[in-house]
Amino acid sequence: MSKEYEAVIGLEVHVELNTKTKIFCGCSTAFGGSPNINVCPVCSGMPGSLPVLNRAVVDKAISIGLATNCNITRNSKFDRKNYFYPDNPQNYQISQLYYPICRDGKIEIETENGKKFVRIHEMHMEEDAGKLIHNTFTGETYVDFNRSGVPLVEIVSEPDMRSADEVLAYLDKLRLTVQYLNASDCKLNEGSMRVDVNMSLREKGTEKLGTRTETKNLNSFKAIKRCIENEFERQADILDAGEKVVQETRRWDDDKGYSYTMRSKEDAQDYRYFPDPDLVPLIIDDEWLARIKASQPELRDEKKERYAREYGIPEYDIGLITEYKELANIFEDGVNSGADPKKVSNWIIGETLRLAKDFETDIADISFSGKNLASLIKLLDEKKINNTIAKQVFEHVFKENVNPVEYAEKNNLIIKTDTGALAEMVKKAVAANPKAVADMKAGKKKAMGAIVGFVMKEMKGKCDPAEVNKLVMEELAKL
Amino acid sequence: MYSSKEIRNLTAVELGRKIADKEITSVQATKAYLEQIENTEKSINAYITVMAEKALERADFIDKKIADGEIWSNLMGVPMAIKDVLCMKDTLTSCGSKILGNFYPTYTSTAVENLLNAGVVVLGKTNMDEFAMGSTTESSYFGATKNPWDLNRVPGGSSGGSAAAVAANSCAAALGTDTGGSIRQPASFCGITGIKPTYGRVSRYGQIAYGSSLDQIGPMAKDITDCAAILEIISGHDCKDSTSADRDDTDFTSSLENNVKGMKIGVPKDYFLDGIDEDVKTNVLAAAEKFRELGAEVEYFDLGMVKYAIPAYYIIACAEASSNLERFDGVKYGYRTPKFTDLNDMYKKTRSEGFGDEVKRRIMLGSFVLSSGYFDAYYVKALRVKALIKQAFDSAFEKYDIILSPVAPTTALKIGESLSDPIKMYLGDVYTVSINLTGIPAVSLPCGYDKDGLPIGLQLMAQTFNEKTAIKAAYTFEQSFKENLRHSPMYE
Repeated sequence: MSKEYEAVIGLEVHVELNTKTKIFCGCSTAFGGSPNINVCPVCSGMPGSLPVLNRAVVDKAISIGLATNCNITRNSKFDRKNYFYPDNPQNYQISQLYYPICRDGKIEIETENGKKFVRIHEMHMEEDAGKLIHNTFTGETYVDFNRSGVPLVEIVSEPDMRSADEVLAYLDKLRLTVQYLNASDCKLNEGSMRVDVNMSLREKGTEKLGTRTETKNLNSFKAIKRCIENEFERQADILDAGEKVVQETRRWDDDKGYSYTMRSKEDAQDYRYFPDPDLVPLIIDDEWLARIKASQPELRDEKKERYAREYGIPEYDIGLITEYKELANIFEDGVNSGADPKKVSNWIIGETLRLAKDFETDIADISFSGKNLASLIKLLDEKKINNTIAKQVFEHVFKENVNPVEYAEKNNLIIKTDTGALAEMVKKAVAANPKAVADMKAGKKKAMGAIVGFVMKEMKGKCDPAEVNKLVMEELAKL
Repeated sequence: MYSSKEIRNLTAVELGRKIADKEITSVQATKAYLEQIENTEKSINAYITVMAEKALERADFIDKKIADGEIWSNLMGVPMAIKDVLCMKDTLTSCGSKILGNFYPTYTSTAVENLLNAGVVVLGKTNMDEFAMGSTTESSYFGATKNPWDLNRVPGGSSGGSAAAVAANSCAAALGTDTGGSIRQPASFCGITGIKPTYGRVSRYGQIAYGSSLDQIGPMAKDITDCAAILEIISGHDCKDSTSADRDDTDFTSSLENNVKGMKIGVPKDYFLDGIDEDVKTNVLAAAEKFRELGAEVEYFDLGMVKYAIPAYYIIACAEASSNLERFDGVKYGYRTPKFTDLNDMYKKTRSEGFGDEVKRRIMLGSFVLSSGYFDAYYVKALRVKALIKQAFDSAFEKYDIILSPVAPTTALKIGESLSDPIKMYLGDVYTVSINLTGIPAVSLPCGYDKDGLPIGLQLMAQTFNEKTAIKAAYTFEQSFKENLRHSPMYE
């Protein structure tokens, strides 16, 4: 009979910071572009070049550290991690081993099993490597240093997670925190967030940690979940068979749905870390720390509480809206422009998310202004447009951030308040649809649709269907 | 009209003045030195690259500027040589190594840029020990440089090319670099003057690193006045080098004063015990007595920590070097082995074929002391020793303005003598490495000649950023030594 195991999981999460320039030189961090356009002697490892620390990177790292309840290391340093690989132009990576910028943090996560804290062991700053481009035809390999020197923070958790759900809750919390801080877009599929899973099993109820493996190449939350489940099975099988788990680094293959050994502990490299003599110690004084503290934005948990308190919208709505900083911004902007919170919320969690799905727009890339949404809601409230037109107009707000009033006027979509003309049209409709009128008289209520539809069509939709209904009924009563 | 010989007999500052006064053109000066390069290179091999055409073009450009009434500095139009460790855009910068034997940088080092902005003309790039590792300039891929005083002897190193060029008068002055004595020791062996400035005084940007926490660029010239003038130009804060100092006390020529009255000079007794040549000892101690005559207060004291300096230095320098030299891998620039089977094979062959023995020795030593299990016992301990040495110097500088010592325990060695025994060569750095470990400035200048007529160097050390005190002491001594000063047989 197999034993019951518990997973013990810790994560190493790399987050690419979205500073304008690289961590040790003035080159742009822009993603994409032709190979080696954003390079200089520093980030291409030219002899004699020297790194100079970009303080904006430190700002963002401290900001993440504060948001995750870390202690900020006031006297921090950079170290060199030595290893040979062609994407690493100096053949050492400038990182932090001995005095990382942040230590001893924790974040609260929530799963079906309730709330708990996951502790953060440390967080350090480092530089990203370049990219190798393989030409499979010629067998040649080229290197692109555009990404070389892009700033990263590596956030190392304690082994406090016990299931895939907890891991996903932790990652989601981390992602949202970093996004709210505007420190990174945290896209797993684009590599601006990278997750390595450290995992071991132990018998339920025991304390002693088992031998762990580290798994890399996890490019989506789904892959992470599958990988953890797969690794649980794999290690459990090994332990059940009375064998020992090998300490090693594994690589996840999401297509095949399993992982395989990348390198074992015996192959582990000696990185020969030592303090980088080219960089001076990084001293975070009170003033610096105070400046970052003062500019910390409202985070998701704080927002959630405030929305419930100030706007009284349902918890479900709050959850969806605060899931993305961009949606929360639109929401607040809309409400601050005078629109009803629930109506703004409805447009966001309804139409906005639907359009995002239809157009395959990344939610983080949604950028229309809440002000425009508010004025659309006002047009509706004043019955200057109807729901159908509102949806049409909103599509343009969503795509081009148009001003709804100007757009509706320019495209002649405002409902004519000339009731005389509408009454005329209703008369015309009644006259033009004798069969429908007869059916109505005979009690077939459905026939009403044909008459109303005729009016809406003739008026090109610029009328309030409720108003049309009322007028048709009045007209029929006269007959 | 000055003859080429007359032009070459001027110091750099004298020449600069005459160029500014339009008595001599920069083109004439450049031709005079190119002529001397022609005369001497076959014997001494001081240059890796001579840029005759570029230099003359540049001199002509400078002359036009001077004709327009522009004066950029007191060295405008003066032809200088640059150690091949300093990057110059589109100019071979080999570091004396095969692995960079085809390397043309895309940018110019800050120190050279500062010289160019001052109107200096660059004659060429000078020979050096490979990657500045060595004390003889024998480890250069481009062949050894010979000492102009005696062609059977080494010029010292690693800035041996710069020292030999100044001594042979095939440049008006030169830049060198000093990680453990690489300016001062060749200056001593070649009978010229050099300054190792305070760490951080001169930007290291564009200097191909050997030991990053120890490396410093400095002047090597005919006298202390020239050195002060050059240092004034190359020093200053550089936003491209985080370790460069932001200070405004760089008017070094203002301290060229003939006055050491009341100056307190300490002479470490423990520098004169074992392994020092009798002639060196006699002349250096005589120099100390000369200072007393000139009005300084001279005292003998025990500095301490002397025997720990060399091991600490070699551990720290090699550790940093092993990492600094990782970038030479055949991937991006420089030499790549022609035949290889895979990436690791390419790395291995490129580096095995591209680096010389001394460089490999130091990479292995450095990798060893940084490896896990040995890091604390070697590297961390060496840093502790470094801190103790700094303490010893600090307490000495509480009492003294200057610490006076030999530069090297011997005069120039015979060619080949130290190749077979690297440890012996390392021990020759006993008086120089502490200066790099503590970051303080020191001047090396001639103070006498041994029984074979070879020059002996005097080292004057000052507290951090007190170059001016050392320059003042050096200037005063130099004035008293004028009658005795000799030039190498190739000088004229």
